[in-house]
Amino acid sequence: MRFAVIVFPGSNCDSDMYQAIEDVLGEPVDYVWHEDDDLQAYDGILLPGGFSYGDYLRSGAIARFAPIMKQVEKAAQEGKLVLGVCNGFQILLEAGLLPGAMKRNDSLQFICSTETIIVENNQTPFTLEYEKGEEIQIPIAHGEGNYYCDERVLEELQANQQIVFRYKKNPNGSVDDIAGIINKQGNVLGMMPHPERAVSEILGTTDGKRLFQSILRYWREHYDS
Amino acid sequence: MFNAKVYITLKNGILDPQGKAVKGALQSLGYDEVNDVRIGKFIELQLNTGQREVAEERIKEMCEKLLANLVIEDYQYQLEEVAS
Repeated sequence: MRFAVIVFPGSNCDSDMYQAIEDVLGEPVDYVWHEDDDLQAYDGILLPGGFSYGDYLRSGAIARFAPIMKQVEKAAQEGKLVLGVCNGFQILLEAGLLPGAMKRNDSLQFICSTETIIVENNQTPFTLEYEKGEEIQIPIAHGEGNYYCDERVLEELQANQQIVFRYKKNPNGSVDDIAGIINKQGNVLGMMPHPERAVSEILGTTDGKRLFQSILRYWREHYDS
Repeated sequence: MFNAKVYITLKNGILDPQGKAVKGALQSLGYDEVNDVRIGKFIELQLNTGQREVAEERIKEMCEKLLANLVIEDYQYQLEEVAS
């Protein structure tokens, strides 16, 4: 399975993401610059954390129009697996690939801490290796992770099991304790917690590993003939 | 040429954490009459066009496409003709 890590000006978790794929999965992975416009060769698209375009205007607002995003949208439509973490999640929201929007954390503080995350849905390509209801330790690091959507969208997310991760103790004010959501088709996941920072003992937790292992397992079961 | 002033605020009913913090600060300074504070963005643009209708249409498009996120924000604008 070949992975692309999209690099925007201001991305700063791109090498963590790259390392996670290399170390955990040992699969081929490339950095793909935001001005490129071809993702044909890739099976998994990863949008890393950081501060694309300085988070000017709103986080993700400018990155969403980078040339590569047309290809990310195309890949999503084709059913390829797309994962956006932190700023990557914000970009997916701005691009309309996932519903809702991000607001400033309700404390107004940038929060950098390891949170207990509940796996609400383990029937997605990203969570197959977890138990439903399992509590995992994954770090967060964000100033704008206060997920918002209106009542109607929330009901839809709940009804379709699109809420994949919840915070056990809501750190930022997110609606319904949402930490991560998936699209209706089930191939685009956005999450604020950083699984790529939770892949080795030295980082304090390895609970993020199984997210990447799930992706590979899913892909092998479906595409690797 | 037109000068456009764009104001972007969180939609009514959406809690504004910054506004809430500033309201608390003002009240602690003794400004008890402050009932609500909403913080938004102010963007000023110069548009190189001669026609008001064109400028208006374009600025609306810019607001809806990029400048505001309509999931959580509302926008208003003022257009003023200026000498080029």
